[in-house]
Amino acid sequence: MADVMTRLNPDTRAAARGLSDLSIRNLFIIPTIAFLIVFNVFPLIYSLWTAFTDYRASTNAPSQWIGLDNFRYLLNDPFIWRNFTITAKYVLISVTGQVLVGFGLAMLLNRPIPLKGLITTLLLLPMMLSPAVVGLFWKLLYDPSFGIINYFLGLGKFEWLADPQMALYAVAMVDIWMWSPFVMLLSLAGLSAVPKHLYEAAEIDRAGSFYTFFRITLPLVAPILMIAIIFRTMEAFKTFDHAYILSTQPTTELIAIRLYKMAFLEWQTGMSSAFAYIVLIVVVAITNIYVKYLNKAKAR
Amino acid sequence: MHRPFYRLLAGAAAIALSAPAALSQELTIFWAEWDPANYLQELVNEYEAETGVRVTVETTPWQDFQTKAFTEFNARGSAYDMIVGDSQWLGAASEGGHYVDLTEFFKANNLGEIMAPATVKYYAEYPANSQKFWAIPAEGDAVGWSYRKDWFEDPAEMEAFKAKYGYDLAVPQDWKQLIDIAEFFHRPDQDRYGIAIYTDNSYDGLVMGVENALFSYGAELGNPDTYEVEGIINSDKAVEALEAYRKLYSFTPPGWSKTFFVENNQAITENLAAMSMNYFAFFPALVNPATNPNAASTGFFANPKGPYGDQFAALGGQGISIVSYSNNIDESYKFLEWFIREDVQKRWAELGGYTAHAATLESEEFRNATPYNEAFFQTMFMVKDFWAVPEYAELLIAANQRWYPYIVGGEGTAKEALDALAADWTATFKKYGRLK
Repeated sequence: MADVMTRLNPDTRAAARGLSDLSIRNLFIIPTIAFLIVFNVFPLIYSLWTAFTDYRASTNAPSQWIGLDNFRYLLNDPFIWRNFTITAKYVLISVTGQVLVGFGLAMLLNRPIPLKGLITTLLLLPMMLSPAVVGLFWKLLYDPSFGIINYFLGLGKFEWLADPQMALYAVAMVDIWMWSPFVMLLSLAGLSAVPKHLYEAAEIDRAGSFYTFFRITLPLVAPILMIAIIFRTMEAFKTFDHAYILSTQPTTELIAIRLYKMAFLEWQTGMSSAFAYIVLIVVVAITNIYVKYLNKAKAR
Repeated sequence: MHRPFYRLLAGAAAIALSAPAALSQELTIFWAEWDPANYLQELVNEYEAETGVRVTVETTPWQDFQTKAFTEFNARGSAYDMIVGDSQWLGAASEGGHYVDLTEFFKANNLGEIMAPATVKYYAEYPANSQKFWAIPAEGDAVGWSYRKDWFEDPAEMEAFKAKYGYDLAVPQDWKQLIDIAEFFHRPDQDRYGIAIYTDNSYDGLVMGVENALFSYGAELGNPDTYEVEGIINSDKAVEALEAYRKLYSFTPPGWSKTFFVENNQAITENLAAMSMNYFAFFPALVNPATNPNAASTGFFANPKGPYGDQFAALGGQGISIVSYSNNIDESYKFLEWFIREDVQKRWAELGGYTAHAATLESEEFRNATPYNEAFFQTMFMVKDFWAVPEYAELLIAANQRWYPYIVGGEGTAKEALDALAADWTATFKKYGRLK
């Protein structure tokens, strides 16, 4: 062995002592690819196949190929359309709220203020909590008898979650509270990257704050804000945990909750796979529209 | 140097050889996490003392119970030898091949006569009236009522009630009285409310509550033989029953829009409501002064009769079944033989379990054992259940989707809600070929 080592050039000897590039590549990439195939690609293909069958995981009965029947049934089901409408409304309220609150906070924190680091850290706390815990926590806050929200707002025994119309806003409010810090964080990164000389030039030109915001700040932060909107839209479409815990109102039954019920309470495995693919197509389509606008914003 | 190694090897071999024998002496029963499961564990400890077979009652929170059980079934897993499953699972579990057919065992042990008839019908038999049995009635349960005796027996309240309604304030004898009393005690300005009912629509809470009204108003869910529902679930009596439940909801405490067994016990323990609906299985907590400061003044009654004289209650509880994929089916049969013995059923009742054993239920000893046993005894002979077909969950979700907006949100009318439900259920039964 010693003889072989002396005959190798220094680079090869170093490689022989440890692992070669090829070995390292194989060590990391092969398990990753295997993992992806087993846990991502296979379920994706298998669920696509089940979407075209009448498969029910709760029975031992073999599944039958039924073509597009599941998709046809779902697209003709008024409850599914109601779920999509509710989800669209929820996404709109939630993402708009997060962008406004998050960007507003970022604007405030982009100034020299005392204890800026501590305030930023505290503001980030909500998004670090488990959504299930957040759901339970806000359920107590919303309680009409002893909830602190009604106490501070002087609303008496106002029922946030029992009111069919208010419940969706109450659930969206929790999402805004939880994820505005995420938008704030990205916006802060964007704001800090805006060149200072642009503001100085605007000041010399006696530009007003309105003009400065809409002509300098917003266009330059727009691409990163757009990324935050894309992320939050995709996530809001998938909201389950806190919405499921907070309310059982039909007016808060988001698509993820309906999908869960269909798959794991009704055990309509084929149907729920088809539903999941419909949701996937919708999310991909919306994301593509956003990406198109993102590219336009970047080009500007 | 080698001696410890050989000792270790010999020890490992001894363990390996003895392992199969040890495993055959262990049984696992799967159930939801609640007090009766603890009582069952106490009971099966006595089986271990008697036979040497260790039985473990494994539990999971109610929210996960169905999902976890069926996930294990679908994987054909042998983690559980027996399961104390919900009555509505019978169709899905038997048609899916997950439960062992206990028909022969049932007949050999004459269980059709030993157990209360209604419990056999709903906890064990599938399809309805087929004489095929898949479970042994284990935890009998149903929806009953608790009430504040001190509020009811207050002379000033009694006088005011009589003046307003023209009859004595007492345990309600029918649904009209139930509504009157709920209305009488509903005083939001005093933080006192009339009644606590089930409204949670995530599983079967709301449906069980509405069933209490439906069945007692003489309505039915449908025809169990033909699966026809049109004109039955949306009959005039069903409309009246749903309207009555909606009316009761208007007398509940604030925030009562997602309530189930926990909240309904709290309604009594926290002085919120005069009357509260709940499963009998949760009543032990109400007679325990450690968990209910009003224990001494809490009374119980069975679901009152409806306006046309019918009196029924929604069935809760579970039967115990052998899981087809168990590696210990023979041992499980031996356990069930022990479990159905009269002395064991008496012991089960003593520990706090709700036996479905007819002789035990009817005994004076049982009926006087707790303040709620008499009401439980009455109820177990008048229970009715939801559909037990494999697609029960779809039917349940449709009922929640139609009833909840009307009861809690006040949307539309009872007739509209029930007509829509009849259409949903008809479509579901047609989809699965039960209805032509």
